[in-house]
Amino acid sequence: MPARAHVAELAPSLRPLRILWDRLRRGDEIAHVVTLIFASTVVGITALLVYQLWIQSALSRQKFGWAFFATRVWDPVAGQFGALPFLYGTLLTSAIALLLAVPLGLGTAIFLSEFPLARFSDAFAFLVDLLAAVPSVIYGLLGIFVLAPWLRVSVEPVLSSRLGFLPLFRGPAFGVGFLAAGLILAVMVVPFIVSVSREVLISVPREQREAALAVGATRWEMISRVVVPFAKTGIIGSVFLALARALGETMAVTMVIGNDPKISASLFAPGYSIAAVIANEFTEATGNLYLSALIELGLVLFLVTFVLNGLARLLVLATAQRGSIQG
Amino acid sequence: MSLRGRWRKFVNAAMLGITALFAITTVSVLFFILGYLAYHGGKNVTWNFFTRLPAPVGEPGGGMANAIIGTAKLLFVALVIGAPVGIFSGVYLSEFGGKGPSFFVRYTADLLNGVPSIVIGIFAYAVIVMRAQHFSTLAGGFALGVMMIPIILRSTEQFLKAVPRPLREGAMALGSSKWRTVLTVVVPAASSGIITGVMLALARIAGETAPLLFTAFSDRYWSSGFNQPIASLPVMIYTYAIGPYKDWHEQAWTAGLVLLGLVFVLNVATRLVFVRKIAAFS
Amino acid sequence: MKKIAGQNWAILAVLVAGLFLVSCSHNAGTTTGSQTVLINGAGSTFGYPIYSRWADDFHKLHPNVEINYQSVGSGAGIRQLLAGTVDFGASDAPMTDAQLAQSKSPVLHFPTVLGAVVPTYNIPGISAELKFTSQALAGVFLGKITKWNDPAIARANSGLKLPSATIVVIHRSDGSGTSFIWTDYLSKVSVDWKNTVGSGTSVNWPVGLGGKGSEGVTGLIQQTPNSIGYVELTYAIQNHILFGALQNSSGEFVKASLESVTAAAASAADSMPKDFRVSITNAPGKDAYPIASFTWLLVPTTIPDVAKRDDIKKFLHWMLAEGQNDAEPLAYAKLPTDVTAKEDASISEIH
Repeated sequence: MPARAHVAELAPSLRPLRILWDRLRRGDEIAHVVTLIFASTVVGITALLVYQLWIQSALSRQKFGWAFFATRVWDPVAGQFGALPFLYGTLLTSAIALLLAVPLGLGTAIFLSEFPLARFSDAFAFLVDLLAAVPSVIYGLLGIFVLAPWLRVSVEPVLSSRLGFLPLFRGPAFGVGFLAAGLILAVMVVPFIVSVSREVLISVPREQREAALAVGATRWEMISRVVVPFAKTGIIGSVFLALARALGETMAVTMVIGNDPKISASLFAPGYSIAAVIANEFTEATGNLYLSALIELGLVLFLVTFVLNGLARLLVLATAQRGSIQG
Repeated sequence: MSLRGRWRKFVNAAMLGITALFAITTVSVLFFILGYLAYHGGKNVTWNFFTRLPAPVGEPGGGMANAIIGTAKLLFVALVIGAPVGIFSGVYLSEFGGKGPSFFVRYTADLLNGVPSIVIGIFAYAVIVMRAQHFSTLAGGFALGVMMIPIILRSTEQFLKAVPRPLREGAMALGSSKWRTVLTVVVPAASSGIITGVMLALARIAGETAPLLFTAFSDRYWSSGFNQPIASLPVMIYTYAIGPYKDWHEQAWTAGLVLLGLVFVLNVATRLVFVRKIAAFS
Repeated sequence: MKKIAGQNWAILAVLVAGLFLVSCSHNAGTTTGSQTVLINGAGSTFGYPIYSRWADDFHKLHPNVEINYQSVGSGAGIRQLLAGTVDFGASDAPMTDAQLAQSKSPVLHFPTVLGAVVPTYNIPGISAELKFTSQALAGVFLGKITKWNDPAIARANSGLKLPSATIVVIHRSDGSGTSFIWTDYLSKVSVDWKNTVGSGTSVNWPVGLGGKGSEGVTGLIQQTPNSIGYVELTYAIQNHILFGALQNSSGEFVKASLESVTAAAASAADSMPKDFRVSITNAPGKDAYPIASFTWLLVPTTIPDVAKRDDIKKFLHWMLAEGQNDAEPLAYAKLPTDVTAKEDASISEIH
């Protein structure tokens, strides 16, 4: 092939070109470039997403500045928009969710990772994965027709008569509200805690366990003093992952939180979350400022989950590496 | 046995018992959901539900045929957008990417994976609906497709990396170029894993509602082509569940059962068909 | 290995092909005959029952025209009309001047029917019709009256034993024309309300739970004991929930009905402005129901797509004539005939 001969005769400084040409002919560079284009699409889409959120929220950011996060008024008539009630609702419901889901999820993960019958444990883990696959809107459906009436009739009156001295459990029972949203979220994030924690727990090296058992520890002592501490960072990672999930969850929360932008101490009271207000008001926000404020809420949600996910990955990764170094 | 020894044994048994109880609680939620939906939705799984259009508001009867087809259409668009981008990017990460760029792409994908679905909805509204000036199957499918990408990407990468070295080296030693090796040896070896990722991603987005509310919107009738609003099962469940009509509630349960069935069948079939094959490899 | 990979790709291909075939399956059935024209509309949940009925009837008359009306709330109807994502909007709150100014082409308001917004409640043990004075209603929604047996409510309902339960206020969480009518009324009768809340499609509610759409509010009322909310009359009737009588501007307690709504409309018919944007809440007259309103379709004057334009005009003409007969069975009041005549004339402004 004459072209190749030409290249071969060129000055040595151009040799890299020749190597490139060779590889191009073999197709490797083309394959590289093709896959790179797809990979760049991923980066491009994400960048475009951030860019859109940023520019579309400009109006609101300029008008309200940081006060946006400290204002508790959400008044579309007066054009006053503050994110505080939504931040409060999002954080409170997620806190309730974690409070319940962490013990439940961790207990389940311990049971599954330490249970002697591997086959059985795998089947169980698959069921937990199925639980994670249940669509959010179905949780919402059950929330409206099963959870909320149950809370209103059976749970909230009892709580308020027994624990009514706490402001948390005061006030009329609506059924829908912070508590309902928190409970639904708890059920929804448990599978995430289970599956990530289980993997982290399984990755704890065998020697560590055997050493503990050798010195006469019971199974539970081995778990609580060796396995869990070893896997601690990873477990915290799974909690962060669950938290990120809970913060961004939309449909189930929208259906049971009560949709009222108020800050109340009572868990029975209706509230609102960031994701829910976007779902409810995004299509109807008349006026650019209104729309921009909603998009700024979307931006906040994005940033918070971004940070949490990053932290979670780091923590899970750290444990996995420790396991592989020592194991 | 000493008192302390007995106490330790008791704590051991008690704590293990509690973890077992927690595990059973977690799983029983799944059976509760399944049972409840089967009970309330099961009685209305009729031929009409699958073949009729929704009735005018306040009138009983009708079905969700258009929403069922709508969900299939949205999944089709999502698959066409999400699968190639996810798979090729996964190949890039595992086979071609340098350390730095790969880390960056991987990190971005994780970031995208964590973005709440409602925010993806805003994004699709801004870049497609606003530009095209109408709601469409395309916009909804795009939103869902974007959600699929990171899931497929990570699983593809993971399974490609798991392909044993000797297999690659054997092909390279025979004079095959890298891309040929990847195409004819590595990717086929990982194909079960890759498809598992695709199927699970599909199952995950099949029930997504939030990103569809202001992209695919909804349609009372059949939506032809890909440029019109379209009904979908999740959105119908949402609308019917919060509505006041008894008949709507019943249909919401039925739709919930059908949707859950679809998601579970995808999950279980994937596990039965592909995960077994992956196990056979290793 | 190759064999397994082959199988795998085949399964994926079958899946994609299957989804594609399903995607196209129904088109074969519907494309027989002339080209289908899809008209997208969105907005008011107040008018949803009748719009949905009309869409269905019109589709039966003209099988090639599909009117896809989505009840997303009046606020959303206006917003999506301005964004150009729907062909027409629907609202129970006339567009404000500021909103009209945002539109690329002028927007016409077409009153479709008249409806009433009623106070609905769900009090265990009470199956009688309650009477509300305007002050009691404003007090409840301002959060100043919190118990059902508050004297302000009890006084007008002597003979009923109201419980001392806490009132659960339920309002719309979305931008709503129903909310506009409701708050427009409260602003007219209560200075307090006017100064602290005002009127609009979405306001900063002092108290209460939010439900999405008239459907959502009705659903919440049914599921929440001791609640009070407001919905369009049809929703209360179709769902068998109780609604109260209101004290009108002449001091009479009037229940929402075709007659009392028509009476309220009569007062406005003469003073109907050219653009049909008129409020008839707290209308004068002994028989007039105080929270009545027209509800409007919002149609841009410029519709570039000829087929769509013709069908929309056809639909509007039909709606003002035969369509009006659907109103009363659904508890809406028909438009006064001099209003329909004026509207018929303004359809020609669409081009």
